[in-house]
Amino acid sequence: MSNLFLPLAFLGGVDPWIFAFSFVTVAVTIGMGFWSATKSKTASDFFVAGRSVSVGWNASAISGEYLSAASFMGIAGMVMASGYDVLWYPVCYACGYLFLLLFIAGPLRRFGAYTIPDFAEGRYDSPLFRKIAVCFVLFIGFVYTMPQMKGAGTTLAYIFKSVNLRGGPLAFLAPHSATGEALAGFPYWAGVALVGAVITLNVALGGMKGITLVQAVQYWVKMFAISVPVFVLMAVFGFYNGQLGANMASGESSVPAPMAERKPLVEKAPADTAWIAPFGPLTTKAVKAAAATLPASEQKKFLDEHQKPYSLLYTYSLIIALVCGTAGLPHILVRFYTNPDGVAAKRTTMWVMILIGVFYVFPPVFGALGRNLMPELYSGVGAKGTDKVVLELPTLLGAKFGVLGSILSGITCAGAFAAFMSTFSGLLVSMTGAFAHDVYGRMLKPTATPAERLRMFKIAAVVIGAIAVLLGAQVEQLQINFMVNQAFAIAASSYFPLLFMSVWWRGMTMTGAAVGMLGGGLCALACTGTIILGDIGKVDLASFWAAHPLARILIEQPAIWTMPLAIFLMIAVSKATAASVPADIRMKMLVLHAPEQLGLKQEYIQEHAAGTGH
Amino acid sequence: MSAPIPPPSPSDEIHSEPFLRSLMRRQLCLSVSCAATFLVVLLGLPLLNYFFPAFMATRVAGFTLTWLILGVLFFPFVWVISFFFIKRSIALEDEEVKSVNQNRR
Repeated sequence: MSNLFLPLAFLGGVDPWIFAFSFVTVAVTIGMGFWSATKSKTASDFFVAGRSVSVGWNASAISGEYLSAASFMGIAGMVMASGYDVLWYPVCYACGYLFLLLFIAGPLRRFGAYTIPDFAEGRYDSPLFRKIAVCFVLFIGFVYTMPQMKGAGTTLAYIFKSVNLRGGPLAFLAPHSATGEALAGFPYWAGVALVGAVITLNVALGGMKGITLVQAVQYWVKMFAISVPVFVLMAVFGFYNGQLGANMASGESSVPAPMAERKPLVEKAPADTAWIAPFGPLTTKAVKAAAATLPASEQKKFLDEHQKPYSLLYTYSLIIALVCGTAGLPHILVRFYTNPDGVAAKRTTMWVMILIGVFYVFPPVFGALGRNLMPELYSGVGAKGTDKVVLELPTLLGAKFGVLGSILSGITCAGAFAAFMSTFSGLLVSMTGAFAHDVYGRMLKPTATPAERLRMFKIAAVVIGAIAVLLGAQVEQLQINFMVNQAFAIAASSYFPLLFMSVWWRGMTMTGAAVGMLGGGLCALACTGTIILGDIGKVDLASFWAAHPLARILIEQPAIWTMPLAIFLMIAVSKATAASVPADIRMKMLVLHAPEQLGLKQEYIQEHAAGTGH
Repeated sequence: MSAPIPPPSPSDEIHSEPFLRSLMRRQLCLSVSCAATFLVVLLGLPLLNYFFPAFMATRVAGFTLTWLILGVLFFPFVWVISFFFIKRSIALEDEEVKSVNQNRR
């Protein structure tokens, strides 16, 4: 155990405030996790416990689980890097809940299935389909954990940036330059491994089972940690509108509005006109790369013809992925069952939209402030790039107000820890649960005793945590927000069509649902894999992308074709296999849609118990 | 798999086909009209940016118009839609329960 604390000997240059705030957040989260875990031991305890909780706490808990490292750090970093286009991320992250509310939340809650695999089995009476649905919990989960790991690596690299590991017993940990020379600071991969190990251990030992109270407190920690530093920074350096006023749109020579002071931009930063206007660097990257390979005389014509239409396509595909993906995230849907009834479920959803909507106003402010006040981040790569703007920006206050800068930076670090810890442990619990319960308990060894399953849960937690750390260590160059976007695209092409069609179309058959979900979901997964492997340099696709900018856009943002593909496959295959529509489909539809007061659910369960021995 | 369960005897109006159809149609109608309002704005904004870039870049107290809409005003807009939907859907369910209970009597 004492080996774990060896690094403390090298903490000489670490800001005590930042370290203290971060450490307290981690310790309190773990402590609360174990404290709550002793109170509710089983999954059903967890769900029932939620029912004694008010709408306010429930909404806070859902929001707390939802706001991940992508929301807390990623949006600010990406707004700073790419400007206006990135605003679609916070807007769609929040507005996806509207689709969930309008089409899915109510019926799914009435059906009484706790997870999407439960729903898949109940709706189609097919244990086989359950197994197919479980696979996507794992696919989406792994893609979603990578950005959380990048958040962890970035935060620790920031906190321990002045640590000097060279020459000590931990010299092997020190990051190395391209020429193999040891550098000062804390390596990215070690941060990923440390945080991954702590959370995995915590989950394996039974703490942090996504308890309502812990998640609810995490929301308020994150809200406090993002809003207070923003207000202090704006009071000192100029408000949101003034910060944007300092950036000229195209055709403007001066802005007739409040303007904040700014530092000169560095070479790598996008120009003002591209940054503040729609169809900027994010959505035109593919076409720009393609144009760069053409002879200079053709470049302008090529850009004029392709740039704007392609970036409009990119924007729409991004919107579809985020809005529909939110409505298909497995670890969020589960939380709707902690409501006592349909009315409370709807009220909770509305409060969630308000809580996260208020939150999402702040990260872009950090991005705009960062662009004007800390442009040197544009030159950094990986963990030293714009993704750390939320953590580092408050230290600017240090020059005027001394220790206040460190305190506020400590607060944002604490918020970052709350963000990736809550989401990573939530994902780890749902993935481990899916593996231990469905893959092991139902497929590999159906005769397993509860003790064996519990042991398997612990083994699975460690194995899945280790895989997540290995994956996370590979993705330092990718933006946090972009990776989360990929997870949403997979959810939008698999679970969203499944839920939407199953709830509203009685003609769906098991074969149709399975073919559609696998077709759309696997296409999106293949696209994600291709993009990530290409962008981290494992496969050299740069020349292919330059020759085919449209292919790059459709693979980077696949939702615009994979989501309709999934729905098309579902309809076509269901029509072809119409004979196998479940016989009691009318009753199932009634349970999904009739108000709970009519008592149909109870009737349905009794029939099933009497009729089939379920 | 066990044999399919025969549908329960249609002693009650709520098990009838027309009841289910009207139930689903009314709820879907409400959901679709709320979704349509939302989608027109969500999908229309990129089109406005595309065809009227100069207008959308007008400064409103420092913000460009399009940044103000997307970065700030969009959130309250969605809250209004969801508030309206919840109010209507709860009223709808109450009506359904009431009408079924009247017919049962």
